[in-house]
Amino acid sequence: MGKFGKEFIKGLIITNPVFVLVLGLCPLLAISTSIDNALGMSLAVLIVLLGSNAIIAAIRRFIPNIVRIPIFIVVIATMVTIVNLTFHANFPDLYESLGIYLPLVVVNCIVLARAEAFASKNPIVHSIADALGMSVGFMLALLMISFLRQVPGTGSLSVFGFHFFTLPVLGKNPIAIFILPYGAFLVIALLMALFRRTGVMKL
Amino acid sequence: MNELITIFLGLVLINNFLLVRFLGLCSFIGVSTKLSNAVSMGVAVTFVMALASVVTWIIRHFILIPFNIEYMNIIVYILVIASLVQIVELFIKRTNITLYFAFGIYLPLVTVNCAVLGVTLINATENYSFLGSVAAALGGGLGYTLIMAMMSGIREKLELANTPETMKGTPIAFILAMLLGLAFVGFVGMI
Repeated sequence: MGKFGKEFIKGLIITNPVFVLVLGLCPLLAISTSIDNALGMSLAVLIVLLGSNAIIAAIRRFIPNIVRIPIFIVVIATMVTIVNLTFHANFPDLYESLGIYLPLVVVNCIVLARAEAFASKNPIVHSIADALGMSVGFMLALLMISFLRQVPGTGSLSVFGFHFFTLPVLGKNPIAIFILPYGAFLVIALLMALFRRTGVMKL
Repeated sequence: MNELITIFLGLVLINNFLLVRFLGLCSFIGVSTKLSNAVSMGVAVTFVMALASVVTWIIRHFILIPFNIEYMNIIVYILVIASLVQIVELFIKRTNITLYFAFGIYLPLVTVNCAVLGVTLINATENYSFLGSVAAALGGGLGYTLIMAMMSGIREKLELANTPETMKGTPIAFILAMLLGLAFVGFVGMI
């Protein structure tokens, strides 16, 4: 496994952006009401992070140190605008349900943190690996949380209109708190405690 | 006038930025460990939010809409916020050095606070009037400060409590946020 593989793997578990670094919480908790939204948000973060990490790594030698943060923000905002317009044109339903959280990827701490901590110091290939690892780590966390919210909260599981199963009792009487905003806090708190208990991740 | 009060109270109590819309959570978990820090952060966020709402409203209605370049709003808003934070920082440094040191690191951190960009985007999507945008900014900021203060007060007490080892730190903070959120459900239906 070369350096590329190492940079990719580390984002999945060792420095998982959500559970270990506690970054990017706003979209994570707001969007995790259904798996559809989770997939859409992960795709958006993947495109933005790949683009911004690659561009910033490519121009890192020309950026004066003192104005680096504004430059990073402009690069990221450009990528987010591109994603925003693409989603609006091609997936109007997803665009509607993501709402203001799609443009808010600009201030998602994961993107800026990776630009500052990694892409501004490393060559393009490694930065791309880092972006892939971080966004897959983000996607895993987001899918886990939205699965744990959607199943008890609606009593059934369906992804993009494709119906998987309906639970026997919960299907008629779903536990609505999991879909409500407060359920998000409960699920992420219990997941973090579980990971710490089992020692999967160093928190 | 009625509409302004509805926007304001709605954002303070019902659609609270932290508890319901999840805007500004990073600072919520990171900064809310001491009451004084939490209040400084809340004041800084409210101030920048109000300024940013005014400036972005003017830009939106006199530049973006007339020239039909509304799709540029994300880039424009984030640049406005970043430069406002710089200007406010310089201004406070020149005029009130004690306040400058009281804010410390929290003022630059406001730039990447989702709540500030969030309120400007909400103003744009809901198409609030000028006074409406200001009411939304003040309401959002006050709601943010209120929850930050409550949360840090509870976390200060919690330091002394016997929390289970696995729940210490961030997990218990999330549980507290859930309980605060449930308490605030009581306000739904008031307006």
